[in-house]
Amino acid sequence: MNPQLIQLIMFYAFGAVAVGAALAVITLRNSVHAVLSLVLTFFSVACIWLLAEAEFLAIALIVVYVGAVMVLFLFVVMMLDIKMEQVREGFARYLPVGIIVALVMLAEMIGMIGVRAMGLHVMGEDPAAAAGLSNTAWLGHALYTQFLLPFEIAAIILTVGIVAAVALTLRHRGGVRHQSAAEQVAVDPRTRMRIVKMASETMPTETVPPVAPSQETSP
Amino acid sequence: MITLAHFIVLGAVLFCIAVAGVFINRKNVIVLLMAIELMLLAVNINFVAFSRFLGDVQGQVFVFFILTVAAAESAIGLAILTLLFRNRSTINVAEIDSMKG
Repeated sequence: MNPQLIQLIMFYAFGAVAVGAALAVITLRNSVHAVLSLVLTFFSVACIWLLAEAEFLAIALIVVYVGAVMVLFLFVVMMLDIKMEQVREGFARYLPVGIIVALVMLAEMIGMIGVRAMGLHVMGEDPAAAAGLSNTAWLGHALYTQFLLPFEIAAIILTVGIVAAVALTLRHRGGVRHQSAAEQVAVDPRTRMRIVKMASETMPTETVPPVAPSQETSP
Repeated sequence: MITLAHFIVLGAVLFCIAVAGVFINRKNVIVLLMAIELMLLAVNINFVAFSRFLGDVQGQVFVFFILTVAAAESAIGLAILTLLFRNRSTINVAEIDSMKG
């Protein structure tokens, strides 16, 4: 079979799974199932990115999104005790509006894209392979030369994100004994211990008479 | 043969599903956050497709930064969500009105 035809069939298969899982995300009653459907959506889209030969981003999507962000979502969903019947109210009422808005928007977008004209652009040779590089090397060369400053700023944004998330969820409860590392480190020895200078004491019983030091120096 | 239109239409379909999700789940903050993630994913599909078809690396670099910022955004969003649930015992958007906005 023609390899390009196989590629097209795989694209349709992954795309159908992605769209079906995305529909499940917004319609399922159980939030845990919705998160797992979102994982399936991300996974299918990562496969589609592999078809477009964007290997690094496909793996990054799975590692970063499925591995970290979605697990964070799962933690939060399982930690919160959500009353579904209360949260689900209004679902049937807003369903027609949502469907109509989505369909009109989709029709507008596809009309604006001009599918027939875009269909002329057939996927050519991989630009990274044309430059004699792997996709990761191609991306890395751009990232560490032309985009070095945005890359560093992204690192700062992640640090700020960690600090903000920890600061928001940190809870100080009263009446609990806990260790304060900052106070322990900042301790000054002079506030804890006082050295008292005093003369050395002699034995109270005078059995041995003290020797005068001046006698030893004379020959 | 995969054409550019295939990718763009897939991105548009996913984006419209996410918009519908925002409309029909307007009470549940968790599903709203997931719909936002879905929108970002749809936009990323477009970036990757244009990068591939135009042979320009900048599209994929931009997807990299979108992934970074989206990860930070969802971490802070979920932190705010747990804080909100701890204080108000609800994630219903209609009841979260203490700022009187």
